[in-house]
Amino acid sequence: MTPASNGLDQVRREDERTTSTEVRSRSAASVRSRLTELRRPSVWVAAVVAVAVAAWVLVLADGTPAGAAADDPGKFLVTVLDAVTFAGLLFVAASGFTLIFGLMRTVNMAHGSLFLLAAYVAIRVQEAMVGRSRNIDPADVGLLDWLVPMLAGAGVAAVLGLAIQQVFLQWNEGQEMRQTLLTLAITVVLADQMLREFGGLAQRMVWPGAVTHFFTIGGERYAATRLFMLGIAVLVGVLLWLWLNRTSVGMVIRAGVDDRQMVRGLGINIKRVFALTFLVGSFLAGVGGVLGASFAGAAPGTDGSWLLNSLVVVIIGGLGSLKGAAAGSLLYGTVVAFSPAYLPSQYSYYAIIMTFGLLALVLAVRPYGLFGRPA
Amino acid sequence: MNLRARLTGEPLALAGLVLFLILLPSLATAFFVNFVMTQTLILGLAAATIVFLSRYGGMTSLAQLLMFGIAGFMFGNAALDGGARGLNLGWHPWAAVGFAIVVTTLAAVVLGAIASRTTGIYFLMLTLVYGVIGYFVFAQIVEISGPGGITSIQRPDLLGPPVRLYYAGLLLSVLAYVGFRALRRTAFGLALQGVRDDPVRMASLGFNVPLHRTLAFVLAGFVAGLAGLLNVWWNGQIDPASISIGPTLILLIIAVIGGISSLEGAWLGAFVYVLVFTYLRDLPLVDRIGITEARFNTVIGVIVLAIMVLSPEGLTGIARRLPVRTIRKELGGTRA
Repeated sequence: MTPASNGLDQVRREDERTTSTEVRSRSAASVRSRLTELRRPSVWVAAVVAVAVAAWVLVLADGTPAGAAADDPGKFLVTVLDAVTFAGLLFVAASGFTLIFGLMRTVNMAHGSLFLLAAYVAIRVQEAMVGRSRNIDPADVGLLDWLVPMLAGAGVAAVLGLAIQQVFLQWNEGQEMRQTLLTLAITVVLADQMLREFGGLAQRMVWPGAVTHFFTIGGERYAATRLFMLGIAVLVGVLLWLWLNRTSVGMVIRAGVDDRQMVRGLGINIKRVFALTFLVGSFLAGVGGVLGASFAGAAPGTDGSWLLNSLVVVIIGGLGSLKGAAAGSLLYGTVVAFSPAYLPSQYSYYAIIMTFGLLALVLAVRPYGLFGRPA
Repeated sequence: MNLRARLTGEPLALAGLVLFLILLPSLATAFFVNFVMTQTLILGLAAATIVFLSRYGGMTSLAQLLMFGIAGFMFGNAALDGGARGLNLGWHPWAAVGFAIVVTTLAAVVLGAIASRTTGIYFLMLTLVYGVIGYFVFAQIVEISGPGGITSIQRPDLLGPPVRLYYAGLLLSVLAYVGFRALRRTAFGLALQGVRDDPVRMASLGFNVPLHRTLAFVLAGFVAGLAGLLNVWWNGQIDPASISIGPTLILLIIAVIGGISSLEGAWLGAFVYVLVFTYLRDLPLVDRIGITEARFNTVIGVIVLAIMVLSPEGLTGIARRLPVRTIRKELGGTRA
């Protein structure tokens, strides 16, 4: 299917250079096709659900933990902040996953393990730097005591990811299912070995003291650490965008996403590009892991739940697309933050079903995610 | 001639194997039959649904253990009364069986319909998400899972003695194997394989591609539900942790060990898994090299890693390749 659709794109691009009358008739046709898309029932269902949810949150949601947004704008604002900051963490975790898939078509099921390993390593390094293993006071943690462990943890994840790629994935490129199962097996082994090494208790990374304080917004106290997390996520996103769009390596990667064989044919050593992408993708998983460990702690099982989070984000957003990862993170973060706050109190633990509802809704309208395309 | 050709080779070997398994309770110890073999048959039946979907539909599903768990939880909720955890509906056991099967099948219809437009890697990821969300549903909504799981579940009187459970597992396994094999040659099975190979062409020939995928998923969900019922009778209890991400991956791993493209491999993989799980601790010297019972997952993971590196078709794939090589060697020898 891909060559055919590429051909169509080619024709379309050439069309755009032709006379204005044709352009006008084409745009009329595209408006018509957009209208026919609107007539699809699933699009209508999605629109109706979106309007109903908005009405519920804004006006109707009495008797929920947060109350209707019109009555309690402060709570609403805080929930929005929760959604956006959590989306930032989701984006960092999922961007590496989607980057690796986009270029190599490898579904790296070990992503969650790399996430957790980086978290554990960073916690160990931080304990060594502060010189205490328990009850670390945020005031004792300087910015460097957080940044250096983060780089150490993410570096270990990056190196391990590269090793996995070189040993297990490089020689069977193109065999998607085999690669997926290999990374699944690695996940099982890593989870078991991490349990042996780091124990079964939940551990926590401590935010630097400089950002550990509260401020007041709309009458509610809010933790500045969450905004710090969002800031790092935005920084990661911007750097990633600049790297992919403004450097020659990024150009090669984007070309590789579209057509690997052609890039290879042009004499570019794509094996090296693959290795670099895996390194960066695993590094991003590690950064996500350290953020996650500072935000919610690290324990056995964190790897599985963050593999799930990354999967949900990329399934919603579309595999292989950075834009999709951002959109998917925002949507999923919104659902995760809003459902416990705006479901009636006695049903608030049904929030997980909302995630499933979001997934079903998006897939009903776009089977390959918002920005995805058939592989 | 035709009949003779059919009677030789594989079918005959399988018939012999079934006969051996029927006679097994009088040959082996009760522990081997009621623990090792019953578990093998239950897990093999569940793993066979993964193989069926993967081989005939091109869909590698990680949601089969969820179906397995839904059936178990629903039976527990419906059959128990008073004192125990869960909904305590207190129905007749066979009514509870019907209820469990109906709920499992309905869940498979919904999940299958949503997933029916995706295949391959996308399907794998989506079904993994199903599995984990399903786990969270049972872990968080304690009305249907009882805090910490549903315990002291009795099996129907008909299956009272443990050996009868073994025979039930054997019967269902044989039925599922024969049924899946027979389905291959039916109109539906052929269309399903066409959908696997070229969905675009099948769609343009007028076949409803999502419907075929959904129906296959429903059938697999139904069979996995039967395995789940056997499991809950065998265990006597079920808790949400038993359908979390770890066991979900283990079920796929069982299918992979045996060979994801061969139906009989599902039971072979289950047998290997249960053997390792049961007897690893009895091996001499394992303690010396740091492999204890607690490191069981590492052993299983390394086995899968080795199998996937050697041959993506699993143990049956390796076994099939061996004789071919020896025959080739013999041929080479005669020519020389």
